Amino acid sequence: MSGTQGRSDEARAERRVAICLGLSIVAALGLTVVYMLGGQPQAEGGLLFLALGFLALGLILWGKELLPNAPVTASRTPHESSTGAREGVGEAFARGGDRMFRRTFLVKMAALAGGSLGLAAIFPIASLGPSPGHALKRTSWARGRRLVQLDGTPVRPSDLGVDNILTVFPEGTGDDPQTQADSQVVLINIGSARQVVRKGRATWSVDGLVAYSKICTHAGCPVGLYKADGNTRPSHELLCPCHQSTFDVLDGCRPVFGPAARSLPQLPLALSPDGYLVAQSDFTEPVGPSFWNRT
Amino acid sequence: MNGSGRDRRPEVGPTVEEDGPSRRRGGVISRAPRWVDDRLGMSKFAESALDKVFPDHWSFMFGELAFYAFLLLLGTGVYLTFFFAPSERAVVYHGTYVPLRGVQMSEAYKSVIEISFKVKAGMVMRQMHHWAALIFLGAIVVHLCRVFFTGAFRRPREINWVIGVSLLVLGIVNGFAGYSLPDDLLSGTGLRIANAIILSIPFLGPWLGSLLFGGEFPAASILSRLYIIHVLLVPAAIAALLTAHLAILWRQKHTDFPGRDKSEDTITGSRMWPTYGMKSTGLLFAVSAFTALLGGLAQINPIWLYGPYKPAAVSAGSQPDWYMGWLDGALRMFPNVEIRVFHVTISNLFFPAVVLPGITFTMLAVWPWLEARLTHDHEPHNLLDRPRDRPVRSALGSATLAFYSILLLGSATDILATTFHLSFNTIIRMLQVAIFTVPVIVFLVVRRICRDLSAGRVRPIRQPGSAVIGRDAEGRMVVEHVDEPDSLADDDNVGADPVRPNKDIRIRTGGD
Repeated sequence: MSGTQGRSDEARAERRVAICLGLSIVAALGLTVVYMLGGQPQAEGGLLFLALGFLALGLILWGKELLPNAPVTASRTPHESSTGAREGVGEAFARGGDRMFRRTFLVKMAALAGGSLGLAAIFPIASLGPSPGHALKRTSWARGRRLVQLDGTPVRPSDLGVDNILTVFPEGTGDDPQTQADSQVVLINIGSARQVVRKGRATWSVDGLVAYSKICTHAGCPVGLYKADGNTRPSHELLCPCHQSTFDVLDGCRPVFGPAARSLPQLPLALSPDGYLVAQSDFTEPVGPSFWNRT
Repeated sequence: MNGSGRDRRPEVGPTVEEDGPSRRRGGVISRAPRWVDDRLGMSKFAESALDKVFPDHWSFMFGELAFYAFLLLLGTGVYLTFFFAPSERAVVYHGTYVPLRGVQMSEAYKSVIEISFKVKAGMVMRQMHHWAALIFLGAIVVHLCRVFFTGAFRRPREINWVIGVSLLVLGIVNGFAGYSLPDDLLSGTGLRIANAIILSIPFLGPWLGSLLFGGEFPAASILSRLYIIHVLLVPAAIAALLTAHLAILWRQKHTDFPGRDKSEDTITGSRMWPTYGMKSTGLLFAVSAFTALLGGLAQINPIWLYGPYKPAAVSAGSQPDWYMGWLDGALRMFPNVEIRVFHVTISNLFFPAVVLPGITFTMLAVWPWLEARLTHDHEPHNLLDRPRDRPVRSALGSATLAFYSILLLGSATDILATTFHLSFNTIIRMLQVAIFTVPVIVFLVVRRICRDLSAGRVRPIRQPGSAVIGRDAEGRMVVEHVDEPDSLADDDNVGADPVRPNKDIRIRTGGD
């Protein structure tokens, strides 16, 4: 490659870099105009892409074509220090340490003091949350408490057609998110479909209405999907959209597919004298995902 | 040590200049270093920094990519903090986005809606932030693969490997904390699952859950806690570890691929100043440019479509961000067993959501020591392996990637089911079979390919042979001496040289 050739190559490269930087400037100015005109996300993103992109291209071209690019070889220095220096550290440590560690009683006391402080530090950490106690095992359902919809309307058995579902909450808990989270119940009208009634649960349903905790026993998502037909056989299934655990409503909400290992807890239902649905009691087992001392 | 001193420029002694006008003559460029050196005495370091040599191979770019994505995250993230309100307080929306008018929501959710629709440039910043997080973690994973498959983690770089694994964990944690902040339906569901996972830890679960969330789910302080975790605690830890990562890299220098004129004692590439610095700055802007393009044109996490979080509501097709997907997939694919011993229940969640990530990151962190023990190779290495020359490591790495890819696929079972008109049942069963078989097949196939490539004719030769050709008085060319190629590579340099075995021919002209 002759000298003049090299110079004209360089001139061309310089021109290319200048064009890139120029386009970047234009795009950046365009960005300010777009912003002043009221902003528009797509235009902002596109122009920012052009401004940054041409800047990047300009710099990379500059680096590749106008700066020294011949590979340079450098030596590595060994990672480790010299033997003398290593021994020096040990000696320096011993020099000071021997004097200090000779007082074994003080060393032990110091360790004890550190440990005690660590212990004391646990208590401020405990303020971060209340003791779990029985909160996980109880919900806001109680004997005689009416089932209400999200807006507070109490529910009569006739409000729900066959194969319909309704999410209900205990009456009088308002918008409290904690109550909504652990006391949400799915009320299902299975009509005249025959269900496998578990021991002691014969009186838990009212007029084909059954109520189950809406919290998946796997990871706690609301079991929000209901399927009341089936391609091959009639089925009444609740499906959790998070991990596809499926519960057979006609068999005590037993898990029939997916990762959930336990049935959804059933809420015992009754009818109040004025014809509204009420709970007979709280759930008879903890709702939601498992924890070690749930039983 | 050979090749030493090639990067040493002739030492320039301190130039003695008289006080007075001459001292002021130089421009800022020459005066500033002197001002600094007068106070800090850093010229020697500065010189070595400017002259520092970085290898040019493209695969070294991913770590930088992650670094630059982190800078972008900091920039866009700080901008977002000026508008975001980490509060559960219930408010009613009356803003410009019509479908949500009159809807009750948390202040946090409302502030993110305002960032998206009311704050000028807010939408682009928010989407760039989310895209940058995906790129950040993607770049970390690819960087980790590069380091793994080339053996760059070996002594003396084990510390940086462990720091890198910690950065990956912190990145995942912060990504999750970040996308949980808007308090939309999807993120609230994610938090519900996170709470269930914490509850599943034997003996400690209920306490840990209460301490982290501030009570039973969804306790009122989780958003403000996640916020400080997301904007201060984890980013500070990432920044500190990243600084250590780079400082150690600086001290130890990069690894380098083997090749012609490469040795354990040298490093070849471009100097920091100006070539490498210029190209790397170009990369910073290139990453920013593509993030801006995605942030402006590719919608991500449209929380206004999900709606505010309501504990009893849920939507189908809920997928986490990709770096959490493998965990979600593991949750879906794990069989529905729950262990009960005496009165202690071990939740089904505990295994895929606590044990699996525990094993994953522990195995990753201890891998350098594990491999050294298995291969009895405790020597320091600056030259990299070619993946084909380490068939077992490469096969193991590929099988591991296959395993986590299937888990990731598992997080999309509902999407797969609706896309391919298959039942959940079929898809889960297929994946459950695949998780055990595919990694084994991948292992065997990759090991085979590596062995064949390594042993085959494409095997490169470390040192090319050379011939000396002389010309006699009549002008005829004669071969005077031939060095046979050094094809017997020793253990450290198996198939070391990617250079084709072309003969290095030197021409000596006779007659003088």
